Amino acid sequence: MFDELLLTVLLTSVPLILAATGELVVERSGVLNLGVEGMMLMGAVAAFGAASLSGNPYIGIVGGGLAGMAVAGVFALFVLGLATNQVATGLALTIFGTGLSGLIGAPLVGQAIDGLPSMTLPLLSDIPLIGVFFQLDIMAYLSILIVALTSIFLMRSRAGLILRSVGINHDSAHALGYNVLQVRFFAILFGGFMAGLGGAYLPLVLTPHWAEGMTAGRGWIALALVVFASWQPWRVSIGAVLFGGVTIMQLAGQARGWTIPAQFLSMMPYLATIVVLVTISGRGRNVFGAPMHLGKRFFMTR
Amino acid sequence: MFILKPRKSVPLSLTLLVPVVAIALTLLMGGLIFGFLGYNPVEALYEFFVAPLSRPDQIGNLLVKACPLIIIGTGLVFCYRANVWNIGAEGQLVLGAMGAGWLALSFPDAQSPLFIFAMSVAAMVAGGLWGAIPALLKIRFRTNEILVSLMLTYVAALLLDWIVRGPWRDPMSFGFPLTKTYPDAGLIPALILPGIGRLGQLHWGVVFAFIIAACGWFYLARMLSGYQIKLMGDAPRAGRFAGFSQSYNTMAVLVISGALAGLAGMIEVSANIGQLQPNVSFGYGFTAIIVAFLARLNPLAVIVAGLVVALAELGGDTAQISMGIPKVVTGIFKGILLFMLLAGETLTRYELVRVVRIKAHQTPAQQEES
Repeated sequence: MFDELLLTVLLTSVPLILAATGELVVERSGVLNLGVEGMMLMGAVAAFGAASLSGNPYIGIVGGGLAGMAVAGVFALFVLGLATNQVATGLALTIFGTGLSGLIGAPLVGQAIDGLPSMTLPLLSDIPLIGVFFQLDIMAYLSILIVALTSIFLMRSRAGLILRSVGINHDSAHALGYNVLQVRFFAILFGGFMAGLGGAYLPLVLTPHWAEGMTAGRGWIALALVVFASWQPWRVSIGAVLFGGVTIMQLAGQARGWTIPAQFLSMMPYLATIVVLVTISGRGRNVFGAPMHLGKRFFMTR
Repeated sequence: MFILKPRKSVPLSLTLLVPVVAIALTLLMGGLIFGFLGYNPVEALYEFFVAPLSRPDQIGNLLVKACPLIIIGTGLVFCYRANVWNIGAEGQLVLGAMGAGWLALSFPDAQSPLFIFAMSVAAMVAGGLWGAIPALLKIRFRTNEILVSLMLTYVAALLLDWIVRGPWRDPMSFGFPLTKTYPDAGLIPALILPGIGRLGQLHWGVVFAFIIAACGWFYLARMLSGYQIKLMGDAPRAGRFAGFSQSYNTMAVLVISGALAGLAGMIEVSANIGQLQPNVSFGYGFTAIIVAFLARLNPLAVIVAGLVVALAELGGDTAQISMGIPKVVTGIFKGILLFMLLAGETLTRYELVRVVRIKAHQTPAQQEES
């Protein structure tokens, strides 16, 4: 019973980990992309379509990532090339992605695909309690690997240091000779690819069909998660399990007749994020390494 | 290499041209996407933007759809002019609907014709208070109002969901998540046009939407406190020297826009639904952001912009029935429109200037010569 519950929690948290890790890198470079929900939906519909046409769910993974990256490219074109307002451009991306995925997906409604098989690791999966960690699918394993690599890249590599410095102060980074726009361009593409993967996870693993708006607000939760994790990759994975756990707790709670209404549990991620925001904003020093130039426009001077 | 250089002055023709070009490009690109996906682009554009207006009663429905967009859009213009990024109007709308609903459900025997105005006040107080939260946190803790107002939107939606399924549910609703219906005094009557009669769903709230937009324009363009809002947005340093308070300004615009979003929520429920249900808005709070940008942050233009965007919304309904595609597809047009408007905003305020990169081995003097 507990094993099953834990497994469900882990599966629910995978799309959040993927999308939030991507957004984390984007925000670390100083760009706020509110289009996560739209990119995830594009990833979901492309993954479903690719898997359905090819009959191969692994092609679906790639298709989902690429679709997310493609629409992120549009976003990058506007916020970097034309220095448009990031908040409004991100919202435009979400609105556009929701609409386009609905149109692309219209003929796919009602179809079913073979989802990704779970890859149970022998022996390890038999360990009581933690065995469920080894009964997942390839995307779930990959997501942990990506978090680890992202953490190493951001915190231990020169390129990661440059990316963070661009996010903390783009004028200083520019003055030092770093190509702010180029760094941000690749960060945004990476974020799009990851959001696409997160979206792809929904039809490939969680529910093997397409429905318009099937991400059901997960993109917004992923955004909350990045802030909740105060821009630290490992905290994203822990937060994702917590946020995913909240969803599952409601279902389990309803079955047992808990007195806390499910809606209040659902509010927790959003309220927790506000609390974290208040905690980290009040400090004078930037102890958390928050990207100080998050959401600010960058104008190139000579 | 190109850089963006601020223009010294923005020609009026450019200001007026941008929305027109943006709409034209949106139609073109939207049509291309439909064509690319195997639909007849001409038919798609017809279904979205012409067919909805083929019957006179649909003009009334267009105005009804534009009503919340105009009211919320006017409030958002205040925020964006002040450089305060409220994107939580959807949540403020929901709180407004709940505030007015609380009054309507508390006085089921209300008869006074003034009752609806009391509900309006309740809605504006509730929406305004919800808008005050991100303002307060920004002033006190310097938190980002974008993220806080966004998070509060989902909290508000869940609050409404809980209240109509739990404490406020009508015991006679056969298990449906609905409250009791409002008393007649809490409903907004249909607008009967002389000589025509009813026009679709047209109601009195639409008239107030026009009045609110006009008042918003007057306030921003002609009053000192309106000037203060604009000044603090454009040149906060100059504003502080003039003795204006940034904190006061942030609070004022967020409360104003929250109150207007709340009012829009009350009008939506009282004119179209008549009771509270889990969903009272179809993303009007987010769509109104497009309206504010399309209007180029001018409350009078918000009326026109509201009607244009409402047409796309209405078109989504029409196409859902006639073409069998989901209603959200209208987001393609709305999304592209916002993209185009944002690009247009940059190109009106800045010009693309070609610069020659100074090579390391050249002195500036050599650079001049070459």
